[in-house]
Amino acid sequence: MARHTLSILVQDQPGVLARISALFSRRGYNIESLAVGTTETEGVSRMTVVVNVDQHALEQITKQLNKLINVLKIVELDDNTAIARELMLIKVKADDHSRSKVLELVELFRAKIVDVSGDAVTIEATGSRDKLEAFLNVLAPHGIKEIVQSGVVALARGGRSIADRSNKNSERSI
Amino acid sequence: MSQHLTGAESLVKSLEHADVEVVFGIPGGAILPVYDPLMDSPSVRHILVRHEQGAGHAAEGYAAASNRVGVCMATSGPGATNLVTPIADAHMDSVPMVAITGQVPSAFIGSDAFQEADIRGITMPITKHNYLVTRTEDIPRAIKEAFHLASTGRPGPVLVDITKDALQASAEFVWPSHIDLPGYKPTTKPHGRQIKEAARMIVDAHRPVFYVGGGAIRSQAHKELRQLAELTGIPVVTTLMARGAFPDSHPQHMGMPGMHGTVGAVGALQKADLLIVLGARFDDRVTGKLESFSPKSKVIHIDIDPAEIGKNRYADIPIVSDVREAITQLIPAVTSEFDAGNRADLTAWWITLNHWRETYPLGYDEPTDGTLSPQYVIERLGKIAGPEAIYAAGVGQHQMWAAQFIGYENPNTWLNSGGLGTMGYSIPAAMGAKVGAPDKTVWAIDGDGCFQMTNQELATCTINDIPIKVALINNASLGMVRQWQNLFYNERYSNTDLHSHSVPDFVKLADAYGCHGLRVTKAEEVDKAIEKSMEFNDAPVLIDFQVHRDAMVWPMVAAGTGNDEIQFARDLAPKWERGDD
Repeated sequence: MARHTLSILVQDQPGVLARISALFSRRGYNIESLAVGTTETEGVSRMTVVVNVDQHALEQITKQLNKLINVLKIVELDDNTAIARELMLIKVKADDHSRSKVLELVELFRAKIVDVSGDAVTIEATGSRDKLEAFLNVLAPHGIKEIVQSGVVALARGGRSIADRSNKNSERSI
Repeated sequence: MSQHLTGAESLVKSLEHADVEVVFGIPGGAILPVYDPLMDSPSVRHILVRHEQGAGHAAEGYAAASNRVGVCMATSGPGATNLVTPIADAHMDSVPMVAITGQVPSAFIGSDAFQEADIRGITMPITKHNYLVTRTEDIPRAIKEAFHLASTGRPGPVLVDITKDALQASAEFVWPSHIDLPGYKPTTKPHGRQIKEAARMIVDAHRPVFYVGGGAIRSQAHKELRQLAELTGIPVVTTLMARGAFPDSHPQHMGMPGMHGTVGAVGALQKADLLIVLGARFDDRVTGKLESFSPKSKVIHIDIDPAEIGKNRYADIPIVSDVREAITQLIPAVTSEFDAGNRADLTAWWITLNHWRETYPLGYDEPTDGTLSPQYVIERLGKIAGPEAIYAAGVGQHQMWAAQFIGYENPNTWLNSGGLGTMGYSIPAAMGAKVGAPDKTVWAIDGDGCFQMTNQELATCTINDIPIKVALINNASLGMVRQWQNLFYNERYSNTDLHSHSVPDFVKLADAYGCHGLRVTKAEEVDKAIEKSMEFNDAPVLIDFQVHRDAMVWPMVAAGTGNDEIQFARDLAPKWERGDD
């Protein structure tokens, strides 16, 4: 088993998210992270899906997704050649005594304070999964009150866009 | 030229444009607007069924017999949910079908309105694609796309759910001139290099087998298949879904593989060194325990659906293609290999195969108490009705015997529910088949359990002049379940006795439906009853064959075991040694 990031271009039509997520659950695969948003092309949405599966399962998922009529293209983005980021909002206990220490950590991880109250601060942090995990670890002693986290979004490095890659149905052999 | 039409009129016009000749359905509130213009259609015939499940299976039977898209129609809510079983069935067996359902007005969606069901959501995992149409002007495009999707690539069911307000409002009718589906471009032609490699592997193999599945029927590849088989001299097995794709009478045909396949067909797959898979999907009923299936073979897998390749079994040569197209290209590729002198000797393989075939032919024991043997009935039916007739079976023992003991010579003459295993398929599917192939004799071979799930469609048959014939293999039991209880549950027959030798009286029931009804309880009456029923063409006919209930389907590979453990009769396993190397 390994973590795989799939970038899926879909036609932006009602029910398309349900089709994708239903396919995962029907075929018995777990979605670890899911993010959906618009793209540079009108009518086309991009989903970034992270799954933790073996190679055979990944191949099945990709092929089954490709069969969905609203799916236009699927590309696997691997960690070495793509940039993956997620966004996290963290509410941490911070009173007059501890606030400066928390601020120091925020600086260190290049995060941002977006809200302050008498006994807590809310931090906005972005980064790779590893970085955010490390950040949470150092914040934990101060007392984390609440976390909310986005799905992973990812783009390939370099000048080519996903649209430049070969189309889903042009593959003849597998 | 455009016209201003209501959504309902536009739907009917779209069906006409799609060359639909028949729709099986039942009206109701939400679909009601459609039924008014439907009455005036010069080309679309509507057949009023008695249950929406019957409409769905009739559309499947029509499609399977005629290679056209079957169409069924129902109203919202329960009408639509009653279509779920046949839609799932069509999805499993790749049947081209378009299901049209009415939906509550768009303003009511999500409000738990009367007869509201989210049929698009419900059918997402069991359709090739589906639509919820809420705007009148979108109807023609949805219908055009639905027929295109249902009938191309790997065929399957497509559902179009249309809200009542979209059916009632008006819009300019425009039949789209082209299809615009950027996410749907099925690969239908094989890659030349893969074909060359496949040809090389085929001529080199010493124990090759053509493992032929339902894809060969759907792609109408029977002629090309026969050509390739005869060119190479390689044995052929046809799965439950492929019966008729290759003539049973052909000397290279080893029969049906799988859980109830012949020893010869199962052995051929198990001991092969090369499987040439043509539109089949390594279903668990064919492979048995996957880990011990055909352990020494390489695999050339040809299928139009890339997701089937490598799903259950690794493919050494994967070929995404329409089966007929691939065979057409394999024939010259293999020929040129032969011309170059590359050809393995299959003599030893055929000695082994023929040994299995002669030692373990299909057979059955006659009951000793004077009761009727179900296998005998089905065997006689096949002989008398012949290979030109169409046979539609239900699911269970009678289905397996019908697959085993009738000789199929032509494609589209064997209709059954293979993947989903839907009891109740037979009667409505036979009805649809008779509509799709009116010049053919159509026999429903049904069990007494299955029959009681959908027999009301006999009323539809009588009233609409669809004279199907029903061979009811009545063992007063849920026979296949009873067989498993016999074998695996210490003969404790929990809830499998249907008492249908007395209730209902099927001959009276046939009579009540306006059908001819006959009853047969003895072997000597079988031929006469079949011959007599062949003469009836004014109304459907039903023969209640009251048969022995302890008959079992053999051979059998018990669920969860490997194919090597096949038994050709109780506790009797074939000796494989001549096939082992």
